[in-house]
Amino acid sequence: MAETSVELTKKLSAAVEKMPAFPKSVQRILELTRDVNCSPKELVMVIEKDPVMTMKLLRILNSAYYSFPKQITSVNQSVVYLGLNTVKNMALSFAAMGSLPKQNAAGFDVQRYLMHSLTTASLARTLCQKYSHDDTDPADCYIAGLLHDFGKVVFAQFLPEEFKQALAFSQEQSISLHAAEKQMIGSDHTVVGGMLVEKWQFPQQLTENIRNHHSVISTENTVQSCLFVADQISKYRALGNSGNPVVDELTPALVEYFGGQMEEIISSLGDLSKLEAEAQVFAQVSKEKS
Amino acid sequence: MKLKFWGVRGSIPSPGEKTVRYGGNTTCLEVRTDTNDLIILDGGTGIFPLAQTLLKELPVKAHILNTHSHWDHIQGLPFFIPIFIPGNIIKLYGSFDPISGEGPERIMNVQLQYSYFPVREAEMKSSFEYVAVMPNEVFQIGSATITPVLLSHPVVNLGYRIDCNGKSIFFTGDHEPHFNIYDPVDDGYKEYQSLIEEQRQSIVNAMQGVDVLVADAAYTLAEYPSKKGWGHGTFDSSIELARDAGVKRLYCTHHEPTRSDDDLEKVFAEAMSRHANNVGKLEIQLAREGDEVVI
Repeated sequence: MAETSVELTKKLSAAVEKMPAFPKSVQRILELTRDVNCSPKELVMVIEKDPVMTMKLLRILNSAYYSFPKQITSVNQSVVYLGLNTVKNMALSFAAMGSLPKQNAAGFDVQRYLMHSLTTASLARTLCQKYSHDDTDPADCYIAGLLHDFGKVVFAQFLPEEFKQALAFSQEQSISLHAAEKQMIGSDHTVVGGMLVEKWQFPQQLTENIRNHHSVISTENTVQSCLFVADQISKYRALGNSGNPVVDELTPALVEYFGGQMEEIISSLGDLSKLEAEAQVFAQVSKEKS
Repeated sequence: MKLKFWGVRGSIPSPGEKTVRYGGNTTCLEVRTDTNDLIILDGGTGIFPLAQTLLKELPVKAHILNTHSHWDHIQGLPFFIPIFIPGNIIKLYGSFDPISGEGPERIMNVQLQYSYFPVREAEMKSSFEYVAVMPNEVFQIGSATITPVLLSHPVVNLGYRIDCNGKSIFFTGDHEPHFNIYDPVDDGYKEYQSLIEEQRQSIVNAMQGVDVLVADAAYTLAEYPSKKGWGHGTFDSSIELARDAGVKRLYCTHHEPTRSDDDLEKVFAEAMSRHANNVGKLEIQLAREGDEVVI
């Protein structure tokens, strides 16, 4: 496609405004807000399991309208700063836009995408809690995991034809989806996801983590290390589907950092069925399917 | 600086024999800087009697700082007569509202609709300007420096610190101390608690050492549990905030509309006795309509 990346970002960032959230969170927000005294922590839990709602909420909070002393990266921070009612009403306005259709013209299964994003987010947080040598906030790993593939759902929604070709090309050639996207769209989901969060003044670190989540990395960046490994585990264990058939090898530095190869890391994390079950509820994906 | 209370009641105007001493008008404070710049904090019904006094000093230049858009802080604005008189300059400052996506212009747009009010916004003949302000972005009004501070209320609420020639006032508007939405056993409890503490500290820093703090003290400790999340503080929370910030004098305001003068004095005295030994040199008073303070 002939568009330059600047034009593409402009088009896609405008489009995200109109983008609906995921069916389960829309349904839960509508249910919860019927009760004026709805449980605040349940509300937070619903929003932070939906990449679209989270993205939209943080976009407004990090906008030039508020000059918070630090950039906002979590739904909890949003509640502390703006208050529960404001966050609730913002979520309600997102919910009022309807929900993402299960079927889109790209043939991309958004529910299985959500399952992948949720499990990657939880795994990244768990890996950080278990392996981090520094004071990295596990919440930063969660948000990076939740939003790392946001570019894909934007492609599916707003560039469906090109994205459909990329998905097919990636499957046929057994090449990574981002390589296929580059061929068919001229850009890939890491670039688009990174550009969107950068444009919306999310923390620079988050932008870089999204942009580099397929690149060869150094283990000095804890969020990136945890995100990369979580992403591979989620694909390896087929917890949802990111549309990418390729599971990347762990670099020797990562193997050293996490004390083993993929299988060993997975077994060190113990029983993942709870994490999987929680994500399933929100992604509304049946066990057989994922 | 001078400060005058024109309205100290919360929620709804409450005239009558039981509120005649402390007053029934909703929130409005007048501040005059040393160079006589006129700053009005909120436009509850107290702004109407204030407006009467301004008709003697036309043309008026008024800077109205709105803490938030709830009725008891805006309902007097359509009756602020100077807005209709050519030659007056009125500026309304307020925050951006993330729900409507609009700034303080919405406060007048919404109220001056023909079915609710006989004069339309287009008929305000003064020079009327809206200024969207941001938390922590300092600005100047005449000889005063204004710092908006994000507080905690169901809608976005900005407290304002006013500094002028070494004297200072902080007005909270409506503010409920942050509370943890998680139970101590929940995963999110600790993280949330540290966010709350950080935010409380930034509020304490913002009001550090002011000569006068006017703070939302709507409830008693006994009333609070059933009003949790409604966005208001207690006498005790305001006293603690003032003490922690090294404030010189605290005025408790946003009196409950159903509270009689006698009851108000009674619950205030009870709160004072609870804090008799732990406030140091902090002076504490009830805000009373008509009172004037020279700072």
